[in-house]
Amino acid sequence: MSATRLPTQRSGASAPGPAGPPPEVELEHLDALWFQVAGTVCNLRCSHCFISCAPDNDDFGFLGLEDVMAWVEEGRRLGVKEYYLTGGEPFMNRDLPAMVERILEVGPVSILTNGTLLREGDLRRMASAAERSIYSLEIRVSIDGPTPEMNDRVRGEGTFERAMEGVERLLDHGFLPIITATQVWEPERDEAVRRCFVATLRERGYEHPRLKILPSLRIGREELRSAGYDPHEWVTAQMLEGYDRGQLLCSSSRVVSDRGVHVCPILLDRPDSVLGSTLEEADRPFALSHQACYTCWLHGAICSNFGGIGEDGA
Amino acid sequence: MRTGPEEPAGEPPAPERVEPPVAVFGGVYSNHVALEAVLADARERGARSFYCLGDLGAFGPNPDRVFPLLLEADVGVVRGNYDDSLARGLEDCQCGYTDPRDNHFARLSYRYTYRKTSRRWKAWMAGLPAERRLELDDLSVLLCHGSPRRTNEFLWESTTSTDFLAHLAREYRADVILGTHTGIPWKRKLPGGGLFGNVGVIGRPANDGRTAVWYGLLRPGPELELVPVAYDHEGLAAEMREESLPEEFVETILTGWWTTCLEVLPARERASGRY
Repeated sequence: MSATRLPTQRSGASAPGPAGPPPEVELEHLDALWFQVAGTVCNLRCSHCFISCAPDNDDFGFLGLEDVMAWVEEGRRLGVKEYYLTGGEPFMNRDLPAMVERILEVGPVSILTNGTLLREGDLRRMASAAERSIYSLEIRVSIDGPTPEMNDRVRGEGTFERAMEGVERLLDHGFLPIITATQVWEPERDEAVRRCFVATLRERGYEHPRLKILPSLRIGREELRSAGYDPHEWVTAQMLEGYDRGQLLCSSSRVVSDRGVHVCPILLDRPDSVLGSTLEEADRPFALSHQACYTCWLHGAICSNFGGIGEDGA
Repeated sequence: MRTGPEEPAGEPPAPERVEPPVAVFGGVYSNHVALEAVLADARERGARSFYCLGDLGAFGPNPDRVFPLLLEADVGVVRGNYDDSLARGLEDCQCGYTDPRDNHFARLSYRYTYRKTSRRWKAWMAGLPAERRLELDDLSVLLCHGSPRRTNEFLWESTTSTDFLAHLAREYRADVILGTHTGIPWKRKLPGGGLFGNVGVIGRPANDGRTAVWYGLLRPGPELELVPVAYDHEGLAAEMREESLPEEFVETILTGWWTTCLEVLPARERASGRY
């Protein structure tokens, strides 16, 4: 995939704001319905987390099984194509396997996990549900580097090994997880990191690994780690001229949390991200008034299962 | 800057009235040998109308050999993303790969096809419509490449809910929607009696370990029969080698397993392949 990469001059200064009013993006169709099933609660405290999830961050709470299924019913009426379960760490919600079983009866499911809490019983249940369904159950495991040195620096001591064991467990149950790595290294190292990842995963028994590299989103805890966005990094109306808006998650998705329906998973904790208390209410345009929108614009489709950073760095 | 394939503008033309069975195939990928075999097979099964859902070039050898066959058989063609790229002289095929290996092979294939497709046929592809409408008995049939809303949208069996397909059928006022683009054939009945079908591609096998390629025969009902067709795949492989196309592509033709462009496969479809 190719996209225009604008020159960046990292100043570290706080952004003064965009030059003009932010452009608005309409929801073309609700293709993907996301659920913040574990709120902002996570067993890890990654230094690059864009919504600052942690064991003690209960700003957003868990979603219950019946709540989720009521949203799914509403989504079905609107023709939702696929469902995503995220957090926080979704496996902290003990209803997760039941959610997966029930949603797989009506559509494809993707789970975004850190891979460290994969219990045998849950995996058995989910593998069996996936076997019965005509739909795919995708499991995305976040690992931010092919070595403990790279990954643990960001995700915490010992998490590389635990996540790799999680990958092995998933393979044992017939899953082909998508390893999702945030680019916490210099972009010039992309290819070397990718090669090392593939070799490491093969050693662990993943013969043809699926790997997705994501840009970091310089908000939340990541803002402290990376010094945030440069002052010019905003999306302007001009930047959307001739641009395929389908690349922006807000044109095709909404996220349900215990506070309502949000525009996207990245901006979850920003007050203006709540667009309504029903899916129909949340079907309204969103102004790209956040610098994280710039990352989405630059790379496109960063939250979906495919796409991400390619070999040209775009 | 990302831009999608150009979408249809203005009022669509009136639907074409067709008699059953209607032969519909996707992704020729320069496989003129399979194209001849599929047309012959469809004629033998009584088809009098033939439609191709786009992606005429890519992957195979000597792309110009496909066009005279399409014209001779009076095939109605829908423009695919590959056709759009070639016609507009774009840099790539708009499949959107990020995996370096997939991109490497996609680039090789695109550059070869671009170089070997004559200007005349590029201009011809520029005039192809992004969708076609048919009337089959009392059924309204919509033919597209990826989906009715987006030429390069992948509609895989395992990642497309029935609710979404029903939404498309309502939104685009069609009883039957037929597409291709993913390369693997499948079909699903819709609530209320409609039908969605992905007719697969005739350019390469369906990642199922068989060397046959697939196309669809549409009949009233609606009913879509997905038909495998054996062809001289060894002849095609020899021609690909003569053209110095990658051995990885030849392997797919000879074994029925995809070796490239795997990144976009969802879990279920990926698990059923060899790679």
